[in-house]
Amino acid sequence: MTNSIHDMGGMHGFGPVEPEADEPVFHADWEKRVFATRVSMGATGLWTIDGGRATLENLSPLTYLQSYYHRWFSGLERSVVAHGLVGEDEIAAGRSLRPGRGLNRRLTLDIAKNFRGPMAPFERPAPGPARFKAGDRVRTRNINPPTHTRLPRYARGKVGVVEAVRGCHVFPDSAAIGAGDNPQWLYTVVFSARELWGDEADPTVSVSIDAFEPYLLAA
Amino acid sequence: MAADDHHSSGHHPHDHDHGSELSEMQLRVRALETILTEKGYVDPAALDQIVENVETKIGPHIGARIVARAWVDPEFKRRLLADATEAVNSMVGFDPVSSHLIAVENTPRLHHIVVCTLCSCYPWSVLGLPPVWYKSFAYRSRAVIDPKGVLAEFGVTLPADTEIRIWDSTAETRFLVLPMRPNGTDGWSEEELAELVTRDSMVGTGLAKSPQEAAPRAKQ
Repeated sequence: MTNSIHDMGGMHGFGPVEPEADEPVFHADWEKRVFATRVSMGATGLWTIDGGRATLENLSPLTYLQSYYHRWFSGLERSVVAHGLVGEDEIAAGRSLRPGRGLNRRLTLDIAKNFRGPMAPFERPAPGPARFKAGDRVRTRNINPPTHTRLPRYARGKVGVVEAVRGCHVFPDSAAIGAGDNPQWLYTVVFSARELWGDEADPTVSVSIDAFEPYLLAA
Repeated sequence: MAADDHHSSGHHPHDHDHGSELSEMQLRVRALETILTEKGYVDPAALDQIVENVETKIGPHIGARIVARAWVDPEFKRRLLADATEAVNSMVGFDPVSSHLIAVENTPRLHHIVVCTLCSCYPWSVLGLPPVWYKSFAYRSRAVIDPKGVLAEFGVTLPADTEIRIWDSTAETRFLVLPMRPNGTDGWSEEELAELVTRDSMVGTGLAKSPQEAAPRAKQ
């Protein structure tokens, strides 16, 4: 879902940011297992990184607002069930009730040894020339798709300036719904805080997003 | 979990009563891992390895080396700002972030801050996994609308006329802030300088440490 709780830019009410001194990488052993399991299942290629994000965005707001690794765990359970890897009955039973299905890809110990983050590249050959160049004024579209998008609400229908062309990348809005890579040009677009938040906003502040070409109109 | 929840705004209040909740999460997570292992989808040894990598191999020490190199080597700095993916890969010997790392330089006139308002995108391979505050709802919601307020919560106050630029990580591009080199570090080695580079200074919610803050050091 696009207009769900995950799209937080500009919201009020979450209180102060509370940095933790000497923070450990994980705060509980179960968080480690959730992290590694989600990475490992992501490497099967059965869903894309944006498909995984969409699953989290589709959680109910109250579930989403639990801690980070609670959320990851809830999303992982949903993903493995949705892709027919695990049955609801097995989740309820807490154990496997039937053999697994075959996987094309599996994260082996050898692959894990080199793990340093998402491993698949997202850049793709361009299907055509970029429509915009650095310096162009653009207006973001006002879109509200019921499916995944990476155009945040606060930056819809706003006028900004293209600062850089970042190459041609997998289009999240398509990849999340299983519609393929649908590669699109990607641009860093800069907005003044006043354009985003109104005349009272701090004139020394600007905000950029990285926006895919289908999000943009000439302005 | 207790510490995580303590720092995650908006969580359900009963999370603080972590006795039963914690054991329930432990049990649910263990059950799912068991199911996935029995079905042959995951290898527990590979999971152990992933945890080991993120706890010991990746982390802000990598980013700190990159920043220190940029402070002492103008040609490396030029390459880093032109194409951070290439510069970092040639320096540390691995593909840093899938494909697209972007380095942005703080100056006396311009201060950069990185956020991911939509989820928790962060340059894992050069900074490690993000801290809880980076993933918190407070940071994700406010960095784009109240960056000076957020900086104040990190104890950072910039001159009033410093321009602030927020980078919202909405695609698979990842951002590394190149903080300003602290005064009083002329002649310092790359290794010594790297000790001054904090994780927060590479996200833009902090500044590099001054020599005084970094004391005691061998040099003093």
